[in-house]
Amino acid sequence: MDAKADPVIRAVGKALPHDSAHLHVTGQAAYTDDLPEPRDLLHLAVGMSAQPHARLKHIDLEAVLATDGVVDVCTADDIAGENNFGGIVHDDPILAPGEVQYVGQAVFSVAASSVDAARRAARKANIDYESLEAILDPREAVEKGSFVLPSETIERGDPDAALASAPHRLRRQTGTGGQDQFYLEGHVSMALPQEDGGMLVYSSTQHPDEVQMLVAAATRREAKDVVVICRRMGGAFGGKESQAALIACIAAVMTDKTGRPCKLRLDRDDDMIMTGKRHDFIIDYDVGFDDDGRILGIDFELASRCGMSADLSGPVNDRAMFHCDNAYYLENVRIRSHRCKTHTVSSTAFRGFGGPQGMFAIEHVIDEIARTLGKDPLAVRRTNFYGTTDRNVTHYQQTIEDNVIDDIVDQLETTSEYVSRRASIAEFNASNPVLRRGIALTPVKFGISFTATHLNQAAALVHVYKDGTVQLNHGGTEMGQGLYIKVAQIVADELQIDIDRIRITAADTSKVPNASATAASSGSDMNGRAAQAAARKIKTRLREFAARHFDVGEADVVFDNNRVDVGNKTIDFVELVQLAWFDRVSLSATGYYRTPKINYDRSTFSGRPFFYYAYGAAVSEVVVDTLTGEHRILRTDILHDCGDSLNPGIDLGQVEGGYVQGAGWLTSEEICWDETGRLTTHAPSTYKIPVCSDLAPDFRVTLLENARNKEQTIYRSKAVGEPPFMLGISVFHAIRDAIATDANPAPNLSAPATPESVLRAIEEAAP
Amino acid sequence: MSRDRIRFVLDGDIIELDDVDPTRTVLQFLREDLRRTGTKEGCAEGDCGACTVVVAELEGSGDDVRLRPVNSCIQFLATLDGKELITVESLNRGGAALHPVQRAMVDHHGSQCGFCTPGFVMSLFALYENQDAPSRREIDDALAGNLCRCTGYRPIIAAARSMYDEPGNGVTIAHPALLRAIAPEGRLSVSRDGRWFHAPETADELAELLAANPDATLLAGGTDVGLWVTKQFRKIDTIVYTGRVRELREISETPAQLEIGAAVSFTDAIPPIVGQYPGLDEMFRRFASPPIRNTGTLGGNVANGSPIGDSMPALMVIGATLVLRSASGTRAVTLEDFYHDYMVNDLRPGEFVAAIRIPKARPGDVVASYKWSKRFDQDISGVCTAYRLRLDGDKVAEVEIACGGMAATVKRAAHCESAIRGREWNETTVEKAMAALARDFNPISDMRATADVRLRTCQNLLKRFFLESRGDGPFSVYAYGR
Repeated sequence: MDAKADPVIRAVGKALPHDSAHLHVTGQAAYTDDLPEPRDLLHLAVGMSAQPHARLKHIDLEAVLATDGVVDVCTADDIAGENNFGGIVHDDPILAPGEVQYVGQAVFSVAASSVDAARRAARKANIDYESLEAILDPREAVEKGSFVLPSETIERGDPDAALASAPHRLRRQTGTGGQDQFYLEGHVSMALPQEDGGMLVYSSTQHPDEVQMLVAAATRREAKDVVVICRRMGGAFGGKESQAALIACIAAVMTDKTGRPCKLRLDRDDDMIMTGKRHDFIIDYDVGFDDDGRILGIDFELASRCGMSADLSGPVNDRAMFHCDNAYYLENVRIRSHRCKTHTVSSTAFRGFGGPQGMFAIEHVIDEIARTLGKDPLAVRRTNFYGTTDRNVTHYQQTIEDNVIDDIVDQLETTSEYVSRRASIAEFNASNPVLRRGIALTPVKFGISFTATHLNQAAALVHVYKDGTVQLNHGGTEMGQGLYIKVAQIVADELQIDIDRIRITAADTSKVPNASATAASSGSDMNGRAAQAAARKIKTRLREFAARHFDVGEADVVFDNNRVDVGNKTIDFVELVQLAWFDRVSLSATGYYRTPKINYDRSTFSGRPFFYYAYGAAVSEVVVDTLTGEHRILRTDILHDCGDSLNPGIDLGQVEGGYVQGAGWLTSEEICWDETGRLTTHAPSTYKIPVCSDLAPDFRVTLLENARNKEQTIYRSKAVGEPPFMLGISVFHAIRDAIATDANPAPNLSAPATPESVLRAIEEAAP
Repeated sequence: MSRDRIRFVLDGDIIELDDVDPTRTVLQFLREDLRRTGTKEGCAEGDCGACTVVVAELEGSGDDVRLRPVNSCIQFLATLDGKELITVESLNRGGAALHPVQRAMVDHHGSQCGFCTPGFVMSLFALYENQDAPSRREIDDALAGNLCRCTGYRPIIAAARSMYDEPGNGVTIAHPALLRAIAPEGRLSVSRDGRWFHAPETADELAELLAANPDATLLAGGTDVGLWVTKQFRKIDTIVYTGRVRELREISETPAQLEIGAAVSFTDAIPPIVGQYPGLDEMFRRFASPPIRNTGTLGGNVANGSPIGDSMPALMVIGATLVLRSASGTRAVTLEDFYHDYMVNDLRPGEFVAAIRIPKARPGDVVASYKWSKRFDQDISGVCTAYRLRLDGDKVAEVEIACGGMAATVKRAAHCESAIRGREWNETTVEKAMAALARDFNPISDMRATADVRLRTCQNLLKRFFLESRGDGPFSVYAYGR
C-alpha cells in the first residue's frame, strides 16, 4: 500500500482520559450493585464455617428461617448440578458438602427481603461440627506432605557442582507475606431468571466466560442458557479472576430455588475472610558466587500457601518459578516448588501472579550477596544481568530477544542521581544515630502471556450502524486498568473516526464467547488486536465496496479523519456507510487474535511461554526511625517500558499504582492468621493499604522512550498491568539498606517490613 | 416542645421523615431508599471513604455554612436533622457541567476503577470549599480517610492542586436560607416499630431521658456505635443522641483550663488543645481521619474507654478531669480514676460524660504524645504513649507517663515514673526507666503487634521523648523531609 493508505494516528498514543472518568467523578458509573433492582429481588447473605477443618454433623437453620424477612435458605443439598466453582481442578465447593476446610467457607446461603435481614439471619445458624486435624501453616504442610498439586522442579546446568566449587556460598531463608486485593468494590453478583430456563447474571468478574460455565454446571444448564454481563468492576487485581464464580453460583443456585432474582453482595469482612488472596511464600535458597558477586550456582526451594484447593495455584507457582531469575542469568540453577495445602482460604490470583514472589526471592539473593561482599547491590545486579548476545537464555530455555534492562538501569541511575545520593545518605547516617536513610535500585523483567498457551486467544465484535457510529465489544473486562479506552482508541484509528462515535459496551458472554480471563496483563495486547481485526474486516468491505461503487482502485480508497478519499472525491465516513448498507454490505464483524510464536511444554518446563518481556526499574529512598521501625519513602524514581504506549496517561497510572501496591505488599499490608486458622486482618481497620501520605513527596515516574516493542504487538505497545507492581520491591531493599550497619550489615528483615519487622531486624542479624 | 420528624436539606429540597429506623444509616437511605447510588459502600466501618458525603451546618448567626466530609456508612440518618446533606450527585444538580473538583480529577487521570472516586470527590470538594492552595501535607491530611487501590494517589494529589484553577459550574450547593428554615427547635423523638431515636436539646433533658431509659445507647459521633450496627448487627432499641445538646457542644476557656463539651467533634476540639500543647500535634494528626474526626467526639473517645483510644494517654498526663452528670447532679473525676478495667468505667446508670476539663499548659512543662502503628494515617495504635515532664535544674521535678495499647486500659506507668522522678534527666536515668516499663506493663500479642515488640517500642518511645526533650530531633520520620 502507498503512503496515502497509512493515515495519521489520531487516538492511539494520546493520553485520553479513562472512558468512564466523567461517570466516575459524578457517581454515574454503574457498578453491579448500582444496577436497577427488579421488584421481587431477594438479597443473600452467606453463613460461613467457624472451623478450619471439620465434618458438618448437622446444620440447623431453623433460627435463620424464622428471622423476619427471610424467604429461603440453600445448602449443598440444594445444588442441582455440580457443587464446584473451581475452574481448573474441580475441588472448590460452592457450599460446603459435609466437610469444611477453612474458617469462612460458605456453608449455606440465606435469601431475605433486605440485605440487613439476610445478614442478621446468616449469623443465627446452629452448626454442629466434628473437628478434624487442621494444617494451618505451609511449613507444616511440607513436613506432612500436604499439597494441592504435585511439587515441580526446573533445573538447568549442574547447580550442585557449581555450589560445591563456588568461592562463596550462602544459605538463607526468607519469604513473603500474603496480600489482600482490597478492590474497593467487594464481590457482587445478581442473577435473574429468564424465560425458557435462561439465566442472566450480572457479575463483578474478570472472567465472565468462566462464570457462565460454572453457573451452567452448578444449575444443570448448558452454556447457551446462561448470559453473564460485566460493564465494569470497582477494582479486581486478580481477586475477581476465579473467585467471582463463587458469588455468582451462590446467587444462581438461590435464584433457581426461589424462582426470583437474587443478589449477593459480600460485606467487606466476609469478602476478605471468604475469598482468596496472594500466596505467601517460604523461600529457602543456597547460592554460590564469585568475588564479583556473580551467581555461579543456585538452588531455590519455594513453598507457597495454596489454601484448601488448587484454584489457580498451579500457574501461580509456575510463574513464580519462571521469575526466580528476574533480570539475571542463572547458569546453574534448580528451583523446586511446593504447592502446599493448608486449611485456610484458597489463595488465588493477585497482580503479578507468583511473579512478585519469584522476583522477591532472587532480589533477596542479590542483596544478600552484595551485603556479604560489601559491594553496592547495584553493582552485583549489573554483574548478573542477562546479556543480549550471550548469557541470554532463561532457565526454561526461552531466548531473550528484547533485553533493555541495561539501558533502563543506566538511564535511571543517572536521572535518579543514584551515586551522589548514596554518598549523601552515607554522610547522613554517619551523623544521625536515630533516623537512618537507605536507597535501592531494583529491576523488573516480566514475561508477557498466559503460561497456559491455549488461553492466549481473544475475540471482538464491532458493529457499524447506519449513522456511522460504532458499538465495540470484546472479551476483555474493565476493572479500572483502562482497557476499554485503549481498545476504543485502536478502533477509532482503524476506522479513522472520532472516538466519541464509538460506544464501548459491557463484557457480555452473548456477544463474545469463550473469552479468557482479563488477566496476565494481556488485555490490551489481545483484545486490542482482536478489535482491530474486526474493524479491519469492516473497513476492507467498505473499501471493496467504495472501489466498486466509485470505480476506482482499492488503493485509492483512503480512510482519514472521519472522511474517505475515493480517488479524487472525498465523502464523509457516514455517507460511505449508508451507501454500503444500501448496497447490502455487512457492517458487523467479529475479530480474532491468537498470540503468535509462543510454544511451551509444561511437562518439561521448557520452550517459549512468553511472547515478550516488559522491563522497568525503580529507585526508592527511605528514612527509617530506628527507635520505632517506622519508615517513610522520601523519593521514588521509576523508568518503565510500556513499548510504544497506547495511552501514556493510562499507562502512567498503571505504573504508579502498581508501584504503590507493590510497596504496600512489602511494608504495611500484613495478613495475619491466629492459631485457630481465623484471619485477624479482615477489614481496613486492621489491614492497611497505602494511603495518600505514603506516596513519596518526591515522585518521578517516566515511561521509557523509543521503546517500540520488537514483537508485532498492537501498535508495538507493551502490556503494563502487572509488571510495575514489582517495582515496589525497591522499597523493601531501601529499608534494608537504611538499617544495615557495620555491626549488622545484612539485617534479617522479613516481609512485610512493618515497624515491628524493622525493629526486629535492627537487632537481629541474618541467621 | 417535642418533634416527631426529622428534617434536612438535600439538593435544595427539604426532606421530612417521620418513620425513621433509629439505626438506619445515611448510606442505606441514599442507596436503598432513594436509589441514589453514586455514594458507595467500601467497608461499612468508616475506614475507606468510598461512602464520603459532605454535611453542611450553619455556623454562627449569618449565612456562613460549615461543610464537613463524613462517612455516610456509619452515620445514622436521624443525626442529619437540621443539616444539609451533600452527595456526589449534588455537584451536578440539574445536569450541570463538571464541578472544578470533578474536572480536575478527569484531567489528571484521578480515577481508574472509579469506585473510590465519589468519596475522593467529596473530600476534595470540602477541601476546595474550606481552603485555598493547600500544601502537600494539607492534601494528605484532607485525604487521610480515603483509600484508593488503583492510582497510587499521585494523580489525585495533582487534581487537588489544580482544582482551584478550573472554572465553576454554577451549581449552588449549600442552602443557608433553608438551613435556617429547618433550624431544629426542641427535642427530637422519632421511632419505628417501637425503637426510638431521641435528640435532646439540653443537658437536663439528656439527664432525664437517661434516667427514664437507663438501658439506652448514648450516641455521640457514632464512629463506634455505627459499627455495632453495621458489623455486629446489634439491635439497639433506644438511642439518645448527644449531638444537639447545647451545653455539650460548647468549648469554654478560663485562665486555668479549657472545658470541652462531650459532644464537641475532634475537628473542633483538637485546635485549642494543640494550641496549649503543641507536642500533641502529630498524635492528633494521626488520630483517625477527617470524616471520623468531624463526627467523632473527645467525649465519646474518653467514655468508650478503649485501651487503644489515642486521646487518653495525653489527656491523662496533662491532668484532664471528666465532668460526669446525671439527673441527680454533677461530679468530677480524674481520667485516671475513670477507668476500672477493660471497657469498664466509673459511669453510673443514667450518668454521662458532660465535659472534659483540660488544665492549660504550664510554662516549663514538656508534653508530648507518640503514636505507633503500621501506617501513619488512620490506623489503630499498636502503642500510644504520652509524657509530661517538669525539670527543676537537672533534676526531674514532675513526670507523668501514660500508655495505650499496653494493658486492658490506658494506664500510667508508675514504675517508670518512679525511676525518673527526682533523678537527673540523663541517659542513665532513661535507661533505667525504660527497663522499669517492663514492670508496668505486660502487653498482649495481636495482629497489630506482638507483646515483646510492643514493650520494646514503648521503651524506645521514652528514649525518643528524652532525646527530643533535649532539643534533638524531631525523630518522627513523618516530620522528616517536609
